[in-house]
Amino acid sequence: MAATKNPFPDAFSALPPERKLGLLETMVRIRTFETRVEELFLNKKIPGFVHLYIGEEAIATGVMANLRKDDWITSTHRGHGHAIAKGAKTDRMMAELFGRKTGYCKGKGGSMHIADFSVGMLGANGVVGGGFNIAVGAALSAQIKKTDQVAVCFFGDGASNRGTFHEAINLAAIWKLPVLFVNENNQYASTTPVSYGLSAQHVADRAKGYGIDGYTIDGNNIAETYNAAAYLIQRVREGQGPALLECLTYRVKGHYVGDPERYRTREEVQKMVSERDPIQAYKHKLLDAGITNQAGIAKYYDLAEQELRAAIEFAESSPLPEPEDALNDLFSFSPKEFPEAVR
Amino acid sequence: MRTISFSDATLEAMREEMRRDPTVFVYGEDIVRQGGIFGQFKGLPDEFGDRVRDVPISETAIVGAALGAALTGTRPVADMHFADFIGVAFDELANQIAKNRYMFGGQTNIPLVIRAPDGLTNQAAAQHSQSVEGWIQNIPGLIVVAPSSPATAKGLLKAAIRQNDPVIYFENKVLYPQKGPVPEEEYLTALGKAEIRRSGKDVTIVAYSILVQKCEEAAKQLEAEGIDVEIIDLLTLKPFDRETVIESVKKTHRCVIAHEAVVTGGLGAEIAATIQAEAFFWLDAPIARVGAKNVPIPFSPIMEKFVAPQKEDLIRAVRRVLYREA
Repeated sequence: MAATKNPFPDAFSALPPERKLGLLETMVRIRTFETRVEELFLNKKIPGFVHLYIGEEAIATGVMANLRKDDWITSTHRGHGHAIAKGAKTDRMMAELFGRKTGYCKGKGGSMHIADFSVGMLGANGVVGGGFNIAVGAALSAQIKKTDQVAVCFFGDGASNRGTFHEAINLAAIWKLPVLFVNENNQYASTTPVSYGLSAQHVADRAKGYGIDGYTIDGNNIAETYNAAAYLIQRVREGQGPALLECLTYRVKGHYVGDPERYRTREEVQKMVSERDPIQAYKHKLLDAGITNQAGIAKYYDLAEQELRAAIEFAESSPLPEPEDALNDLFSFSPKEFPEAVR
Repeated sequence: MRTISFSDATLEAMREEMRRDPTVFVYGEDIVRQGGIFGQFKGLPDEFGDRVRDVPISETAIVGAALGAALTGTRPVADMHFADFIGVAFDELANQIAKNRYMFGGQTNIPLVIRAPDGLTNQAAAQHSQSVEGWIQNIPGLIVVAPSSPATAKGLLKAAIRQNDPVIYFENKVLYPQKGPVPEEEYLTALGKAEIRRSGKDVTIVAYSILVQKCEEAAKQLEAEGIDVEIIDLLTLKPFDRETVIESVKKTHRCVIAHEAVVTGGLGAEIAATIQAEAFFWLDAPIARVGAKNVPIPFSPIMEKFVAPQKEDLIRAVRRVLYREA
């Protein structure tokens, strides 16, 4: 999984210590959230399906550290990490996963449709490849309104085989739309390995066909994701048109919680966990640089645990929706105003 | 009142709404360089610059991007070229646009319009002649309109653009060059409201789009036989104006539902089911449906005519619900 050489300046090294620690904090918050969610799902507290972002935290964290609140992202079915890194609150996320009225989607979305429009998180998406054109549309909005906002589209290796990938990138390229396509190549599209499903060696190789720049980086190295995002988002914001960033990573957990994972060996997973964990690697980097110590790192885990305890408590104590709430929110007007619309 | 074409009426609607609101923009295939394949966008680029855009052939991007734009503060109008091509972008329409507001708990509005030229014309055959409102009928979350005249074309398009929800605007290709009276002063045609085109006491015909004028022609002929037809022009197909339909049927006790789309599984089925549920005891005859036969639209003119609903079919259906014909 060696990454190719890339031209990104080292913006990471120049970050003040608190910003570097902030990156660790975000990664730890995502990991803790996902770990709790897995337990809660297995204990049948959370219905539906959940797709965990464990092992991929460095991508959302590094990219989002370079976005403004008024920038937009589109996410995937594996969207918890994107939401947290973009600024969504874990208590309202957890309430959504619990199907509660206080959740971001009032219990209508669940894990696969987690979203917080107030921070520019335009939604996880249950359709693989469904986010490309939504991100392109957001970028089009910025161009029409002449703002300097950008859109980032997160997508998996499997999504790059969809037709939407082609249409979205071509349109973004000819109109020089302010959108960055961030591929999270986690090696598996559900059960299908990328070595089987991808006709190119790298997802980034496909960029050439659209006349845009494509890069492949180590997505488990936070300094690399930060540097690539810093460089590319600035270029996109300046109006230089879209780019494609492929982040090589590894999906540590199954496609969904409960996946029997018959398509890979335990040894493969163990090896990746022990050798390639993005958080472990970053902790060592921070310790080696003397930026923090073990106690300093432990503090972030404690804070994340506290946050999650509060989030779970919020979710569990939140009211369930009324069954009739199922008829609300379809349109901008209420069903009381216009009952025909939801008959 | 002045008369202008259906096509010019839509153009006026676009121009007025784009002047009124700088976040309204329009894009589609061949709308800048050609002015739209039916001339319905002619001149717009001169006034509005890059708010009128040609898009490469990529319907999923056209429809999908409309959602992204609507979510982020603009009011896109996307042209489908031909309504048939909605099939290319069906996920974007059915799974993204229609569900977005709901599945995210109403976090934001989705003010977008998909313009979809539909219907039979010039032997365009199976993939350029369809009326596809039936495809959409079964999807919660979309408003569907179909004007029948220049005046309703303008009023509905303006209302659709101002609506904070996704609206599919079916514009029948045969109607584009037809002229009709259109008020000079500004007006909107209310969404969700049908209009009674012709008041009558013997039988109600519920129709929309191009079929309204065919029904008017049929009604004239039936008048000579002493049959007094009431014609309801639905205008909004989803949600349709149940109250106006039911009220009319309670008056006439007989109903024919007419559309150019295939009868099987069409909007007529939904309307008929509603009528039998709410006005069963007022009905003096089974409801009749008139529409295309359950095959794709064939090319050869003689077969095309056979498959599509004709004035004679409407006349026969009316006589049938009056028990004047078997």
